[in-house]
Amino acid sequence: MTAQRVMGVILLAAALVAPWFAYPIFLMTALCFALFACAFNLLLGYVGLMSFGHAMFFGISGYFFGHVVKAWGMAPEVGILAGVAGAAVLGAVTGALAIRRQGIYFAMITLAFAQMIYFFCIQAPFTGGEDGLQGISRQPLLGGLIPTKDDRVLYYVVLVIFLFGYGTIYRIIHSPFGQVLKAIRDNEQRAVSLGYEADRYKLLAFVLSAALAGLAGATKAMVLQFATLTDVSAAMSGEVVLMALVGGLGTIIGPVVGAFIIITMQNYLAATGEFVLVIQGMIFVVIVMAFRKGLVGELADWWKARRPAG
Amino acid sequence: MAETLLKVEGLEAWYGESHILHGVGFEIGHGELVTLLGRNGAGKTTTLKSVMGIVEKRTGSVTFEGKQLVGHPSNEIARLGIAYCPEERGIFSSLNVEENLLLPPVVKPGGMSLAEVYQLFPNLAERRRSQGTKLSGGEQQMLAIGRILRTGAPLLLLDEPTEGLAPVIVQRIGEIIRQLKSRGFTILLVEQNFHFAATVADRHYVMEDGRVVDMVASADVEQNIGKLQAYLGV
Amino acid sequence: MFELLGIPPQALFGQLLLGLINGAFYAMLSLGLAVIFGMLNVINFTHGAQYMMGAFAAWLMLTILDIPFWVALVLAPLVVGLFGIVLEKVMLKRIYHLDHLYGFLLTFGLALVIEGLFQWKWGSSGAPYPSPIPGGTNLGFMFLPTYRGFVVVAALVICLVTWYGIERTKFGAYLRAATENPTLVRAFGINVPRLITLTYGLGVGLAALAGVLAAPIQQVSALMGTNLVLVVFAVVVIGGMGSIMGSIVTGFGLGLVEGLTKVFYPPASNTVIFVVMAIVLLVKPAGLFGQTK
Repeated sequence: MTAQRVMGVILLAAALVAPWFAYPIFLMTALCFALFACAFNLLLGYVGLMSFGHAMFFGISGYFFGHVVKAWGMAPEVGILAGVAGAAVLGAVTGALAIRRQGIYFAMITLAFAQMIYFFCIQAPFTGGEDGLQGISRQPLLGGLIPTKDDRVLYYVVLVIFLFGYGTIYRIIHSPFGQVLKAIRDNEQRAVSLGYEADRYKLLAFVLSAALAGLAGATKAMVLQFATLTDVSAAMSGEVVLMALVGGLGTIIGPVVGAFIIITMQNYLAATGEFVLVIQGMIFVVIVMAFRKGLVGELADWWKARRPAG
Repeated sequence: MAETLLKVEGLEAWYGESHILHGVGFEIGHGELVTLLGRNGAGKTTTLKSVMGIVEKRTGSVTFEGKQLVGHPSNEIARLGIAYCPEERGIFSSLNVEENLLLPPVVKPGGMSLAEVYQLFPNLAERRRSQGTKLSGGEQQMLAIGRILRTGAPLLLLDEPTEGLAPVIVQRIGEIIRQLKSRGFTILLVEQNFHFAATVADRHYVMEDGRVVDMVASADVEQNIGKLQAYLGV
Repeated sequence: MFELLGIPPQALFGQLLLGLINGAFYAMLSLGLAVIFGMLNVINFTHGAQYMMGAFAAWLMLTILDIPFWVALVLAPLVVGLFGIVLEKVMLKRIYHLDHLYGFLLTFGLALVIEGLFQWKWGSSGAPYPSPIPGGTNLGFMFLPTYRGFVVVAALVICLVTWYGIERTKFGAYLRAATENPTLVRAFGINVPRLITLTYGLGVGLAALAGVLAAPIQQVSALMGTNLVLVVFAVVVIGGMGSIMGSIVTGFGLGLVEGLTKVFYPPASNTVIFVVMAIVLLVKPAGLFGQTK
């Protein structure tokens, strides 16, 4: 069994019993961010595109969810679908433009679009501006079958959503589509010369990543019952990059681990105020300088190294 | 042979994982013009780059005026008195002709002045304000050579100066190189065009698969023409 | 006095001046970013933090050491530039061989650290900096605060001096050549690594200089840089990083566009630059003055 498989099994087992050992809201938040980080990593680790504005999908989806559930009084499932759809559409529009440039320009363009969305959210009436959308009530799911007011019950719902999203990413990576993406990441010119329309693949991957980020954002809004400007901020975009980096880019479990680490760290350091930013910044620096493969990546290397048979 | 200026022994070089040079050895004396001949891929350009210190990794010994070059960065090597004219010419498109000419710093006294370079290459003087890459192939080659004449470096490394040029320009470059030789420059020339090389060189080294396999003095070329042609696959 | 499209001239020219000032800062900062990117192939996210450091340096020099504005204008860029040189030598230099994205991430992390530290020590609310040339003149169609007029002129001078330095001097020739082909330039005997370090220091110094100029106009706060640098990124994408003059023109131009938008359609003023970026991407992805590499 590879290191990642072992880690995956352990994590899954832990996830099933977790609500008895840890505060469910914390777990659910971490799961949402884990999915967010995985969605981001799909784009960076497997397509080679670093989006520095992914918060726009995460945040706008939360707003859509909140609006649909609170203002239109619809069921949470509809809200989540609305969030995902909204994020996907936004992904299609911004992606079509951003894909026109590569590498660092792509990152800057996504950052700029995210800023646009941020400013839009400050002003748009339905977002509640600086206050955000508060007090989104927990409606039951599946037409009343699943009472979501109980945090523990909701935890398992969120776990299912997370596993669905994670599973989707896993399937994408291991599908022929995923192979083409990797080929494009490794050598775009060659992929094009082989007849693949690289831009179409990249755009589709971008939209999928945006939709999954939207899934994470809508779910988070459901759990925490609010959607605010922080969710669409540049800081949030930076945080998801950090989570993926810490865990390990291009490993599928990495972002999950990274998300949990960062969320836990934020919880513990919440009292120090702005110092959290300093710590986060230092983690960025240390990882880029010394641990580029992230926690999971470095562990996987170490595991391989100690078993000479491979 | 005059006093040795450049001595290469057991030079090995790598680009990443590719082991290109497997132990190159040769010598050049003061004022000589020596060529490196060989087929494509023999390692001629890599040898020049290794002397200049531009390859990723090199081992062995390269001494210039008795000083060891291996282990030193290219800017230090240039300052010792070696000037490099690359195969792709390396004319800077964001600089005009005159800026290109003035770019390499003077490393030793006795280099040509800008006026002297313009005398040698009058067509460059005409185009001094033109953007470097707007020149024709032949003019760019002259610019690449002219650039390094100002530095005062006694040893010139020229990589395929006649490649892709019309015969009348090749002739002109031959004249210029002979002039440089008579002025006392020491020249290491890489050439595919054996005919051209034979008109200017004192000695020829033949390279094959990253090694020097033979040396033929200019006087002995006629006798060995068959062997040389076999080496070059002509 | 006449009114243009129902807008009183005071409002119109007032906003145009504001737009011109914003444009001045966009130009100065995108210039620094372009120069650094050309030589180092790194997008210096820390630029905003270094701009902020320049403003803070001036403020600290004034409040603690009684150093006046005009001295700080010279001293602060030197100090912050030196800090930039240290950063380059200790960290940036080691990651040049990696994908450009790592440079972006490293400078992003550094920006977080710097801004976090400043925020932690001095909070996020701003401190005022007294105007070195108080007062102004009434031009009839508008009131021109003297310092603000000075800033626009100073920024233009700084941009043009930078342009001249790069396009017309020997040192600039070294910079341009090394941007194109660093290996060959080094093989001519020029210490290219040192040139790169110096270039970063100069770019950072330029950002800090902008910060000092900004201090009397904005509140000096730990966050003044981030908000700005995100807009400057869009400016840089619009202009393309191919030409120095292009960056200058784009910066000033977009500032004016922003100012005009504020007059005629205020709700869009925050986002107009991003909209322009979207349009440019559709029409000329390499940027208005960029060359597709």
